[in-house]
This record gives sequence, structure tokens and C-alpha cells, in this order.
Amino acid sequence: MLKIEGLTAEVEGKQILKGVDLEVPAGEIHAIMGPNGSGKSTLSYVLSGREGYEITGGSVSFNGVDLLAMEPEERAAAGLFLAFQYPVELPGVGNALFLRTALNAVRKARGESELDAMQFLKLARERLKALHISEDMLKRGVNVGFSGGEKKRNEVLQMALLQPKLAILDETDSGLDIDALKIVADGVNALRAPGFSALVITHYQRLLDYIVPDRVHVLMQGRIVQSGGPELAKQLEAEGYASVQAAA
Amino acid sequence: MTAQPSGHPSGAAGFLHRFEGLRARLPGARLGFVDALRGEAAEAFRQQGFPTRRVEAWKYTDLRPLAAAGFDEPLTAVDSAPDLPPAHGAARAVFVDGRFREDLSALDGLPYAARSLAETLPGLAGRLGGLARIDAQPMVALNTMLFEDGLVVTVPAGVAGGVLDLVSVATASERPEAFHPRHLIRLGAGASLTLIETATGPAKARYLHNPVYEIEVAAGAALTHAQLQQEGDAGFQLSTVYARVDEGGTYDNFTLNAGARLVRNEIHAILAGPKAACHMNGAQLLQDGQHADTTTVLDHAAPDCASRQTYKTVLAGRSRGVFQGKIHVHQIAQRTDGYQMNQALLLSPEAEIDSKPQLEIYADDVKCSHGATVGEIDAEQLFYLRSRGIPEARARALLVEAFLKEAIEGVQDETARGALDAAVTGWWQRQERAA
Repeated sequence: MLKIEGLTAEVEGKQILKGVDLEVPAGEIHAIMGPNGSGKSTLSYVLSGREGYEITGGSVSFNGVDLLAMEPEERAAAGLFLAFQYPVELPGVGNALFLRTALNAVRKARGESELDAMQFLKLARERLKALHISEDMLKRGVNVGFSGGEKKRNEVLQMALLQPKLAILDETDSGLDIDALKIVADGVNALRAPGFSALVITHYQRLLDYIVPDRVHVLMQGRIVQSGGPELAKQLEAEGYASVQAAA
Repeated sequence: MTAQPSGHPSGAAGFLHRFEGLRARLPGARLGFVDALRGEAAEAFRQQGFPTRRVEAWKYTDLRPLAAAGFDEPLTAVDSAPDLPPAHGAARAVFVDGRFREDLSALDGLPYAARSLAETLPGLAGRLGGLARIDAQPMVALNTMLFEDGLVVTVPAGVAGGVLDLVSVATASERPEAFHPRHLIRLGAGASLTLIETATGPAKARYLHNPVYEIEVAAGAALTHAQLQQEGDAGFQLSTVYARVDEGGTYDNFTLNAGARLVRNEIHAILAGPKAACHMNGAQLLQDGQHADTTTVLDHAAPDCASRQTYKTVLAGRSRGVFQGKIHVHQIAQRTDGYQMNQALLLSPEAEIDSKPQLEIYADDVKCSHGATVGEIDAEQLFYLRSRGIPEARARALLVEAFLKEAIEGVQDETARGALDAAVTGWWQRQERAA
């Protein structure tokens, strides 16, 4: 599904990623853990195509295609989804219009028929209900005046509608109470299938109690320094990143 | 700009020259008060000429391209059947090159009077020119000197007039044409009307549409006035609105500037009775080398009145936008509630906006605020939309629509708001097709 080889990237002339190697096979959920400043968010933005990151080396292949050569919207159409750490507020853009525009853009790019307002509303209501999110959320401006938890739920709702092949969750657990955390985890777990993969980026082990990963990787100073099973997350929680640093 | 003895002189001299030739044939030539008014206006225009940028009120709008052009005022009606913009209601008054076209209009069976100015001139003594200021506004003097027709609407007290379309269509002609319609709108006490004006013209045709409106809103009456300016890309529009609102009355103006090579939309509103209200909202959507100027002068001349102004300008290409907004609170106008906001979104590094808010307050118990912002499309917002699969052009369109929304949502009347929404969407579709 996703194959990252020797990826190096700079932000404003400062090297952040120093040779990341990572492979996420189809159907698996991988977690990336690491201390602040290790390059976790940079990795997620580089993968989703945000401006301001200069890729200086390495490659990223997504289902056999060169991901780094694609525009952000092409990546989304190809099945990549980034759940933002800080979802952006869009005053004046209604959430329903936003969701329908995104869904139809992706459907069109995938050669599927676009949904009219009624068809969309029906689908959106189903997804909202499954995620225990109030319908009210459709009527508001995108993320405008949303609490931290509501913003993250809105990210999960987008993910549920767009049905990505690979979801990257960038510290989605930060600032969430336990109920919101469960909704986010349910949203990811509901998508679990042989053709769906996820990359869960987190600082803490807590989220991984609800989204149990197949593999856990530790990112430090711009490199994956250790990989293991779910037990690695528990070990980090107990012993901290210092132990890894010492081992690496 | 001096008049040539032969050929067609241009500039102010050209208009004055043509006025002398046309004077005896202009509507109302045999009515003493009309001819006298035209004579006064000609004198005022002769003295002032075209405004130059040395005049403070015209500092940001250069009329030299207009002054350099030679125009004709055709007096004979054209009988072509041009394409008309979509109707918003059953009632409509259509003007082609400034002249009323009864055959294209639908004004029968209305609960109020709506007729051609040229046909009703004898009854307009005292009303025509009652609000317009030929001494202070050269373009209004020009209109008064040469007006050939217009719409006269009189809604009796207590009558709900519904929606009336006022359509102006310019047609292509060999020589640039100028037309100067004069529209008189009067609402009796407690009456209401939604006037939706659409101005269009053919691409690449040079013409001047120079309308003047004299609007009277009596006590407790409510007028919604939407001006959808979609002139042809080589056309000029210089529009001046005078509105007087009496006690408890409301004047709700919305201006959309989406066409023309150069447009100036000037609105003078006087809140003349207590608890009168005025809303002015506008959207300017500019591209290429377009120039659009919105100038408002709001007089709070009575206590307890409220005014709200929200103007939004989107500028692409090398376009230039101007907003000048003056709020004048008279000494008597205690407890005035005034608000003015103008915001610009620059889509191109070559676009430019000039913004000049001005408050003059002579009363002491007043709530008045104004603000102005200039910005670009937010990169974070754009990336967020694109990361959800929305192509860049559509993502930009969503953000621009969101920017304009506040101004459009300020329009109370649903039909007018729908018309505006459609006009804005249409502008975007043309942009996307062109891209």
C-alpha cells in the first residue's frame, strides 16, 4: 500500500526527515510514535502534499504510484486521507456543502457518479448516525466554533464519507476526552478491511488501546529507530523515549 | 478635448455640442420646467467638466478613457429584440440603449403605476430633479442635460408592490452610444417594493450607461433595490442613486459590480426621519483591467436611525477596486447606530484596492464603527480543501464565495438575495470556463 524509502525533507532549510524507511502493507494499521520534534507531523504533511516542505531525497510509492509527484487533490482522489492535528476553520463555507463538494470531487476523479443533494444527505445521515455525531454538524460552517472534540469528529466524518485506502491520523488524540477518542477509534475501526490501511501518528499510547496497531514504529530525529508489535507502545509508555534513544 | 468644427468632438465639449444640437428634440423640450432644468444642468456641466483626479471625490477613478471617447446619443428607438436576462418576477420594465421598450415590458395590471419617464414628463414638475444635485455632481448634470427616458414608479400608500425587474440592455452599434436614463421611484407611506435592476451589454462594445435615480421612501415604507451590474467588458457605467428615507422607512440597496470596463456606483442616502434605516451591501467581482468604484454618502439627518454597510471586493488580474464610504451624522441625529465594513480579497499580485472610510460626527450620543481589511486567500484553508480532493480552482471558488457571503446574507429580501447568489455563481462559472 505505502512504501517510503530513504525519505529526507527540509523545512525552511532545516532538515527534519533524515532518511525515513517505512512500509505499510494493505489491510494493516501502523502506529508512529515519537517525542515532540521528531518529525511526525512533517511526515504526515509531506505525505499529503502540503506546501513549504522541500523533499531532498528518497521516494514514496502509494499502490505503485509516485505519491510525491501528485497534487494534494490527486492524492485524495487516489485514496489518501490526512486527519489534521489542527483542523482548519472555514468561515462562510457550510459543512454540508464542503462535504458534498469533496465527496463528489473524489467520486468524479474515481470515475463514479456524483451525488445530488438528496442522495448526499441520505448518505451523510447514515454516516453521522453510525458515528454518533449530531446532524447539527452539517448545518454549521466548517469547524467554525467547533470544540476540539467536534473538530476531530468532523475529521472522522470526512474520512467515513471519502472512504480512503490509507488514512493518516496526525495526533488525532491530542486534546480529546475519552468519549471523543472512542468515536475517532470507532471511525477508524469501522473502515478496517483488507484494502484499508492506516498510519496512526501519536505521542501517547492511549489511542492505541482503542485502535490496536499491527506494527508500531518509533520516529526519532527524523528516522525510524525501532519497530515492533503493539507491545512496543506499552513499553514506551512505561519506560519513555529515553530508553529507545539509549538503545538506538 | 476642444470641440472640432467638423466630425465628432469628444469629452465634455462633445456632450455639450450634442446637447445644443439635440435640445429641441429631447423629451420635454416644450415643457418649460424640463427645458429650464436641462439648461441649468448644461451650464453646471460646462463649468465642472468631467471630474478629474484632482477632485477629492474622484481621486481614485480616472475618467480620461471615457472623456477621450466620442459618443452619440441616439434618440430614435431601436426595434431589435436583444436577449433579456432572466426575470425575477412577473413585472418588468425593459430599456434598450436607454429607451423604454413597451413591447418587451410587462407593466399592466400592477397595483401601482410604473411608466416611461418620457411619456409622463408633464406630471413630474417638482419631482424631477428634487433630489439629484447637478451643482455637485458633473455626471448627474450630464444625465440631467441629456436624459432621454427612464422609469417612473409610484407605489401608493399601503400597497405591497412585490417584485419589479428593471432591465437595461445595451446593443452593439457602429459608433459608441451614451444613454442617460433617469429613474424616479416613490413609495407612499407603508408601501413596499423590490426593485431588481439588471444591466447588461454586448462584449467589446464601447458605450456609456449613465443612470440617475431619485428615490423617495415615505414613512414606514420599505424599498429593496438590487443593482446587478453586468455590463459588457468594454462598457462604462456611472450610476448615481439619491435616496431619501422618512420616519421608520427602510432603503435596502445591494450593488453587484461584475461587468464593465469602468464602473462607478455612487449612492447618496439621507435618513430624513426618526427611526429610518438604510442597508447598503455590495460585492465587486473584478478581473483583467476592470475598474470598479463604489462610493457611498450616508447622511444621518434624524435621531434614532440605523445604517449598515458591508462591501466586499474580489480582485483578479490587473483589476482595481475603490471603496469610499462617508457617514455624516448631523447634530440632531442622536442615538445614531452606524456600521460600515469593507473588505477586499486580492487574487493577484497586480490587483489593487483603495479604501477610504470617512466619519463626520456632529452628534454626541452616537454608536458608529467602521473597518477595512485587505487579504489574500488563506494557504491553510486552501490546502485543507485540496487535501479533501477538491481541485484548486473549485477550492478557491468556495473560499471566495464564503468571503462574499456576509454581504449577500445581509440582504433581507429573498428574491433579491436569490438573484445575487445566481449572479455571483454565474460570474464564477465564466471564470472557470475561461481558466
